[in-house]
Amino acid sequence: MADAAQLKADLETQIAGADSLDALEAIRVGAIGKKGSVSALMKTLGKMTPEERQVEGPKLNTLKRDVAEAITARKTVLEDAALEAQLANERVDTTLPVDLPPQGSIHPVSQVMDELAEIFADMGFAVAEGPEIEDEFHNFDALNIPAHHPARAMHDTFYFPEAEDGSRMLLRTHTSPVQIRTMLREEPPIRIIAPGKTYRSDSDATHTPMFHQVEGLVIEEGIHMGHLKGCLEAFVKAFFEVDNIKMRLRSSFFPFTEPSAEMDIACSFEGGALKVGEGDDWLEILGCGMVHPRVLQACNLDPQRYQGFAFGCGIDRLAMLKYGMTDLRPFFDADQRWLSHYGFSPFDMPTLAGGLSK
Amino acid sequence: MKFTLEWLQSHLDTSASLQEICDALTDMGLEVEGIEDPAAKFAAFTAAYVKAAVKHPDADKLRVCTVETKDGEKQIVCGAPNARAGMTAVYAPVGAYVPGIDVTLTKAKIRGVESFGMLVSERELELSDEHDGIIDLDAGPAVGTPVAEILGVNDPVIDIAITPDRADCNGVRGIARDLAARGLGTLKPYHIPHIAGERDPGRGVFLDFDGGDNTPCPYFVGRLVTGVKNGASPEWVQRRLNAIGSKPISALVDITNYVSFDLGRPLHVFDADKLSGNVGARLAKRGETLDALNEKTYTLDETMTAIVDDSGVVGLGGVMGGMPTSVSGETVNVFIESAYFDPARTGKTGRKLALESDARYRFERGVDPAFVDDGMAVATQMVLDFCGGTPSKIVTAGAPPLRRHMVAFDPSHVEQLAGIAVDADDALAILKDLGFSIASETPPYAIGVPEWRGDIDGSADLVEEVMRIKGLDAVPNTPLPRSVGIAKRTLSAGQRRERSLRRTLAASGLNEAITYAFIKDSEAAAFLEGGALIALANAISSDMTTMRPSLLPGLLRAAQTNLDRGQSQVSLFELGRAFRGFGPTDQPVEAAAVLAGQAVPRSWSKAAASYSVFDAKSLALIGLKALGAPVEKLQVFASVTGHGPRAVFHPGQAGELRLGPKNTLARFGLIHPKITKQFGVSGPVAAVEWLIENAPQPKRASGATKTALKLENLQPVERDFAFIVSAETPAQSLVKAIQGADKTAITNVQVFDRYDGVGLQPGTVSLGVCVTLQPRGESFTEAALDALAQKITKAAEKSTGATLRA
Repeated sequence: MADAAQLKADLETQIAGADSLDALEAIRVGAIGKKGSVSALMKTLGKMTPEERQVEGPKLNTLKRDVAEAITARKTVLEDAALEAQLANERVDTTLPVDLPPQGSIHPVSQVMDELAEIFADMGFAVAEGPEIEDEFHNFDALNIPAHHPARAMHDTFYFPEAEDGSRMLLRTHTSPVQIRTMLREEPPIRIIAPGKTYRSDSDATHTPMFHQVEGLVIEEGIHMGHLKGCLEAFVKAFFEVDNIKMRLRSSFFPFTEPSAEMDIACSFEGGALKVGEGDDWLEILGCGMVHPRVLQACNLDPQRYQGFAFGCGIDRLAMLKYGMTDLRPFFDADQRWLSHYGFSPFDMPTLAGGLSK
Repeated sequence: MKFTLEWLQSHLDTSASLQEICDALTDMGLEVEGIEDPAAKFAAFTAAYVKAAVKHPDADKLRVCTVETKDGEKQIVCGAPNARAGMTAVYAPVGAYVPGIDVTLTKAKIRGVESFGMLVSERELELSDEHDGIIDLDAGPAVGTPVAEILGVNDPVIDIAITPDRADCNGVRGIARDLAARGLGTLKPYHIPHIAGERDPGRGVFLDFDGGDNTPCPYFVGRLVTGVKNGASPEWVQRRLNAIGSKPISALVDITNYVSFDLGRPLHVFDADKLSGNVGARLAKRGETLDALNEKTYTLDETMTAIVDDSGVVGLGGVMGGMPTSVSGETVNVFIESAYFDPARTGKTGRKLALESDARYRFERGVDPAFVDDGMAVATQMVLDFCGGTPSKIVTAGAPPLRRHMVAFDPSHVEQLAGIAVDADDALAILKDLGFSIASETPPYAIGVPEWRGDIDGSADLVEEVMRIKGLDAVPNTPLPRSVGIAKRTLSAGQRRERSLRRTLAASGLNEAITYAFIKDSEAAAFLEGGALIALANAISSDMTTMRPSLLPGLLRAAQTNLDRGQSQVSLFELGRAFRGFGPTDQPVEAAAVLAGQAVPRSWSKAAASYSVFDAKSLALIGLKALGAPVEKLQVFASVTGHGPRAVFHPGQAGELRLGPKNTLARFGLIHPKITKQFGVSGPVAAVEWLIENAPQPKRASGATKTALKLENLQPVERDFAFIVSAETPAQSLVKAIQGADKTAITNVQVFDRYDGVGLQPGTVSLGVCVTLQPRGESFTEAALDALAQKITKAAEKSTGATLRA
């Protein structure tokens, strides 16, 4: 069977020399295809005696298998080379820029409102709301601010034209009307904060005709000024995220609280940068006091039985103190550059576990 | 309210330092707003001895002085005629700021002679207008002595904010009383002079109010002092008035101002010879005028209290006197008025006339009604002391409106309300120091409120008094009682979904804006939905006159300013109230978004594109999903209703997402080109409005458990169809028809192609639809699939007239 050996050697040379898949396929057909040289040899088996076949059969089968394997091996080499060539052809410039999805932002006022809700939720305060166009009863009368009291004139109120019955609707000058609405609607115990928009006809770097306040109200039996102090201290520490913060209460006047106080926190202006919590200067941050008995009466609550405290605080101002904006006006300019810079990622949800700010 | 330390000390015997006094004031509710130390202004200036003064070689009027100063011997060129050897002058060194000439001194060469500093005049130090020569100090103080010390201008001025309730502290004495109660010294006794007067003043006083209702001016007192000489007031009065910024005018005028600042008792002085007949108070007649002391003329009306004589109005009660009857240097007979004017009316009059005065400020807040006679006595004594003359008897009309208010007070209320454990005796002592009287032996005590404390109403006010004087440091820091366990959720479902919408829109790439709730009326009008515009009565700017009926106009304005600032892409949203009426339910919380500029920025890989109606629709659905609205049940209506008088959306590229036929949850689309033009925005703007309150609140089952999930194991089958429909047919109708063909098997219907080109009849369109079919339990047979295809084709044909494309 010199033929078989010779054939194998010839075929192996051809296979190794095949430089394309097509050439290799031609060799495959010429060798182990139906009319191929190896197949022709295989056909001679039929004419052999059984003894010859027993000797030649395995040899030819081995030949066929070896040739097939050689073809497969060569095919893999050629395919790899072809793929490599193709991939080399597909090279792109990966330094080209890509489009990122636009980054949205949460307004600092909303972020601070969420922070407040989080802090006060821990102390059991729900979030209450009320209308921004108010009547004189909820904004003034029920809050013990009589018609011609200088305090009423000091509110710089935006009014709507007088109605036929002489009443005037107005834009609420503070969030305190929500106190009244809550007390008229709910039975104590009450613990609410009421963040929202407020309006005064005032405009300069630190005053805009629209701004945001948060009101706090606690009405329960046995609540006194000490609880107010404790609550505010807990709030300020949590909000500014500092363990030590120097603060003070000092006497003041609001028609709807008695006694009344204002709260200052210590700060310093070293090197032009405001630092909150320490230093020799004081910054007023909120007004507060024990709810005036006349206010409780106006809300049909018995001042002999219930007492409680209320406070009111500028949210925009809190945001400025915590996050370093120096001018209030851009808060309401909707300038995307400002919003992107001072705004917050929607995923920076203030939580007690994760912290209020990054 | 301004006063000097020395002035305060005239009422308060104290050794407390300025700092201690100021800290106590602030803590007690008399917030110190500023401490001005006049000595600071003069810190650079010291006494110096002029050793020699010789004529300048090149200038006749200049002298070259050799001066012994705190910095050693200096050569100073001086132009003052009184500069001479042997005098003690005031030296300003190089580097000193000289306030009167607004110059910081540098080394100078004057006509060739070097000069190191300056010898200054009173005007240069802003001490007076005196500029005839340099300050010539007598008795020669030692070289280097600070000038503030020599001139006695080292009296600090304290400026405090007085809250509207503390009318009693609009005089220095009231402030001293608080400090004494606090323990910072003793209140000095105040002697009210007793002046009987000799004869009748020759004119009467009267109150003339309808029906004898004297509320506007219940008490009026007058006195004549004859033979006065109205020169300058004494130096100590001028000094105190000057220090607080009240310019001394003449002795008589200064007296009224001084008593006002010192005791909180405003007065008025008339030149008696310019008055005719009796003087009194009545309501003004509409149209009466007053030439007031501030040289302006005011027209009065019947709500205002006028001071009148026989000739007519001579003053505006509690606010300001008149020029024609005012005192002058020639005044020899003065008529002094001390009266009580109603706070509310005084305030209203002042506001109406936009007329501020120290008198109005005090009457508006309520002066001590028991001090009308005393104020007259004090003023008369000062007139006699400063101007001489002979006082008449007083003439009075009406009676002081005393409150004689009593409050029942149990000192235990202090601990109950303020949390401060205070001894009963301690509490009562504080009240006594503040002028309250105690009329019973056991609690609850009957506490008599002093007439100057019109602010004290009930027991809570007395608690505040005790707390104020004890100091707020005494209030304990008590934690709020906490409920057991973990804090519960506190946000309402509505608040949670607003929060969800806000954060979802930000996560979709939009920036949250907050714009003003009041806008320009023309911009509000464009977005009005029926009803009337809600305009402010007292807007502060023509751009902020009208409440927004929608959030879109504010955002469109913002889009315009952002584009004008060079932003290539604007994507803004806002959550807030829109205003459609005055009632609480007419102010719904809504959300809106605008998308303007380049939706797809110019890049190497994509062509730039602007925003389309479909960007708006996509955003609308994203937002509704965040609100928990049943997005799958919503239908798109092509017409955008609601905005009149003209549509604000593009008539062909906008829609509404409704739940049922009428309930609109969101509007989306391109803004009408007329509107974008009105707002000055170039290029298309896509916009969305979410009518949050129309979206049903997602129902929350009793627990957090979700419904069980059933997953099919068999693979779904997709079948594509191409339907030819009329171009007018909304794709939504075809999709709905197909969905309804077999609700079990058909799980999704997706329009993947829309073709209206060659090969189709005009007015028709081919929609490629991929239908997902989910086998349940067993795989579809070919026959089953054919049957489904039949059903789909039939359903499409039945409801939309669709035919399969050949």
